[in-house]
Amino acid sequence: MGFFDRLKEGLSKTRHNFTDRIEELVGLSVEIDEDFLEELEMILLTADVGGVTTEKLIDSIRQAAKKKEISSTEDVLPFLKNQISEMLKDDGQRTRIGAKPTVILVVGVNGVGKTTTIGKLANYFHLFKYKVMLAAGDTFRAAASQQLKIWGERAECEVISHAEGADPAAVVFDAVKAAIARKVDILFIDTAGRLHNKTNLMNELEKIHRVIKREIPDAPHETFLVLDATTGQNAINQAKVFAETANVTGVVLTKLDGTAKGGVVVAIKEELGLPVKWIGVGEGIMDFRPFEPDKFVDALFAKDE
Amino acid sequence: MAFESLSERLQKAIKMFKGSGKISEEDLKAPLKEVRMALLEADVNFKVVKDFVAKIKERALGAEVQESLSPSQQIIKIVNEELTALLGGTQVKLEVSPTPPTVIMLVGLQGAGKTTTVGKLAMTLKKKNKKPLLVAGDIYRPAAITQLEVLGEQVGVPVFALGDKVSPVEIAKQALEKAKFLACDTVIIDTAGRLHINEELMNELKDIKSAVNPHEILLTIDAMTGQDAVNVADAFNKELGLTGLIVTKLDGDARGGAVLSVKEVTGCPVKFVGMGEKLEALEPFYPDRMASRILGMGDILSLIDKIKDTTDLNKALEMEKTLRKNEFTLEHFLEQMQQVKKMGSLDTILGLIPGMGNISQKLKEANVDDKEVDRVEAIIKSMTPKERRNPSVINGSRRKRIAAGCGMRVQDVNKLLKNFEESKKMMKKMQGMSKFASKGGMKLPFMK
Ligand SMILES: Nc1nc2c(ncn2[C@@H]2O[C@H](COP(=O)(O)OP(=O)(O)OP(=O)(O)O)[C@@H](O)[C@H]2O)c(=O)[nH]1
Ligand SMILES: [Mg+2]
Repeated sequence: MGFFDRLKEGLSKTRHNFTDRIEELVGLSVEIDEDFLEELEMILLTADVGGVTTEKLIDSIRQAAKKKEISSTEDVLPFLKNQISEMLKDDGQRTRIGAKPTVILVVGVNGVGKTTTIGKLANYFHLFKYKVMLAAGDTFRAAASQQLKIWGERAECEVISHAEGADPAAVVFDAVKAAIARKVDILFIDTAGRLHNKTNLMNELEKIHRVIKREIPDAPHETFLVLDATTGQNAINQAKVFAETANVTGVVLTKLDGTAKGGVVVAIKEELGLPVKWIGVGEGIMDFRPFEPDKFVDALFAKDE
Repeated sequence: MAFESLSERLQKAIKMFKGSGKISEEDLKAPLKEVRMALLEADVNFKVVKDFVAKIKERALGAEVQESLSPSQQIIKIVNEELTALLGGTQVKLEVSPTPPTVIMLVGLQGAGKTTTVGKLAMTLKKKNKKPLLVAGDIYRPAAITQLEVLGEQVGVPVFALGDKVSPVEIAKQALEKAKFLACDTVIIDTAGRLHINEELMNELKDIKSAVNPHEILLTIDAMTGQDAVNVADAFNKELGLTGLIVTKLDGDARGGAVLSVKEVTGCPVKFVGMGEKLEALEPFYPDRMASRILGMGDILSLIDKIKDTTDLNKALEMEKTLRKNEFTLEHFLEQMQQVKKMGSLDTILGLIPGMGNISQKLKEANVDDKEVDRVEAIIKSMTPKERRNPSVINGSRRKRIAAGCGMRVQDVNKLLKNFEESKKMMKKMQGMSKFASKGGMKLPFMK
C-alpha cells in the first residue's frame, strides 16, 4: 500500500463524515445562502478546524460567491479543498540534517506520543545510515527512560540516560557531549510531557534549551512539537505556548489512525504559521509519514471508491 | 485553569442579555449565538451544543417573571441549572462490591493517562484504608509494566504482573486469584491504550470483561479531546457498557468540552478528575461545583475541602463562616495564601475563590508564579494588625511605610490592595445572588 492509500485508510473515518455531509448538503441546497453557510460552518467546527479558521473559510466562500468565482453549491467542495490546501502549504524543508551533530528536541504535553515518535524517526534515519543517539530527558514519569531504551534497541541506537528523578538538563548536557565525542549525526532529545500552563515546567524546558545552546550555539536545529490529533482547540494553545518557550520549528501530528478529524492542523498553520512535518498513523515503528498538504487534504475530502 | 476561557465567554454572553420583564425571542438571539460559539470553541460536541442552546431558549421563554430576578439573573440561573444537569447532576461514587474484591477496569485511548490514573486511584483507596492490587494488563506499550510497578512501589501497594508474553485476559483472571490470596479488597486493572475502531483490541477488552466481571469499567479520557470525544466514549460504551468516566489533565487550560459532552452522550457519570501529575492529584467530580466554577462563581466547597485536607477542621469551619459573613480581611487573605503553598499550585486555588479566576489570569499574564505568595506575605506582614483587619485605613503614607517595611514598591502594595478589594467585591456579589437563590431554589456553593 502506498503512502496515499495508507493515509486515506488512516483518515477514512474523517473522510466519511466530512465528505458525506458536504455532499448531503450539496444535494439539499439549491443556492449558497446563509443557511447553507451556517451548516457548512458547523461541519468545519465538528472537524476540529476551530472557530477562527472556520470563520475565515466561510468568509472566503462568501466572498468568492459574491465575486461569482463560485456560483453553485457544487463548486464549494473543490473551492474549500483548495483553500485548505493553500493554508497548509509550507516552503520549509522537511527536517534539516546538516550540522554534526544535528540536535532535535521533542516537546509536548503528556501522552501525545513524543517517545514513540522519537523511536520511529530514530529508526528511519538509522535506516538511512545516519548515526543516531537518543537522550532520555524525561526523568520524571515512571519508567520513561526504560520506554525510550526499548525504542533505542528497536532502532539500534545508543540511549543516554540518568536515574529517575535526575535533573533533565544534566542528561541533556551529557548527551550533547557524548554526541559530539562519538561523532553522532543526529541526537534526539526526549522530554517529559508537560502541560503548557505550568510555568515551572516550561522554565525547565527553557533551561534544557539553554544547556544545548551552550554546547552547540546553533542547536537545537529542530524542535518538534508533538500534537495528538484527538486534541481539540486546546492544541492551538499548546502550540502557542510551546512556540514561545521552546522555539518550535515544526509539528508532528500523531494518532491520525483514529477517528479524530485532525482539523486543528489547519488552524495551527493558519494562526501560528507552524507547519506540520510528520504524521503518526499507528503504534508500530513504521507507522509515520511525512506530512504532505495536498495529499492530506485530498485524503480528507476524497470520495469512497 | 481548565474551563477558564469557556467561563469567560459564557459570562460575556450572559452579560449581553438586556431588557426587563419577560424575556422575548429577540432578547435571546445574540446572547444565545454567543453561548453557542462559546461552547463550540470549548470543544463541546456540536450536537450537544444544539440541544443545550435549544433547552436554554425554551426555558428562558417560558420563564415566569420573578420580581426578585433581572432577566440576566434569570438566565444565569437557567444556564447554571442546565450546565449542572449536563455535567451529570449529582456526584456518583465508586461501586463497592458486597463480596470483595471489587474489580475496577480502566480503559481508553492511547496516552489518555490510564496507568498514572491507576496509581492515583490506588492512592485514593489506600488513604481510605482499602487494600488495592494493581494489575499490569498493558502488555503492548514499551515499559508500561515497569511504569505500573514503579507507581505501585510509590503508593505502597502490590502490583500483579506476568510480563508481556501472557494474554491480558489470563493476567486479569490470575490477578483475581492473587487478590483473594493477598486479601486485597480492590483490584484495579490497567489496560493498554487502544483505538475504539480497533476491533481486535476491543474484543480483548470484552474478553477481559467476561472473564472477571468488573464492577466498574471506567473510561479514561483526556480533557483536551476535541469533537472526537463523543465518538470514542460512545464506542467504548457500546462495546463494554461503561460505568463511569475519569477525565484527566484538567489541570491544563483546556476548555473541557469533552467533559460536558461525554456524560450527555453516554449517560455515564464522571466519577473522578485528574488535576495534576502527582499521585494525590485525583479528585471526585462534583457537577454542581463545576458548573458554578465554569460560570465564574468560584467553587468555595472545593476550596474548603482542600483546606480541610491540609489544615485542621476548626480553621476550615472558621473560614467557611468568614466567607459566608463576608468579613473577609487581609488576614484571611494572607492565611489563604499561606494555605495555598501547602495545597498546591496557585492557579488551581485561585480558580476556586470567587472572582479570583480573573486574578489568576492576570497573574499569569504578568508572568507571576508561586513566588507571588512570598511577596504578598511580605507585604501583609509589614502591616499593623489594625491595617490587616481594616484595609480602608491604609492611606498614602501608610502605603509608603508598608512598602519600605518589606522592601517593595508602593505599586506592589497598591496592586495587592486592589486584588484584595476585587475578591471582596466578588464575594459581596455572591451574597447578593444567594438572596434570590433562596427564593428560586437555585443552589449556590455557599449554601447547603
Ligand atoms: N494509535 C496511535 N497511537 C500512538 C501514536 N503515537 C503514539 N501512540 C501511542 O500513544 C501512547 C503514548 O505515547 P508515548 O510515546 O508514550 O507518548 P509521550 O508523549 O512520550 O508520553 P509522556 O512521555 O508520558 O508524556 C502510547 O501508547 C503510544 O503507543 C499514533 O500515531 N497512533
Ligand atoms: Mg514519553
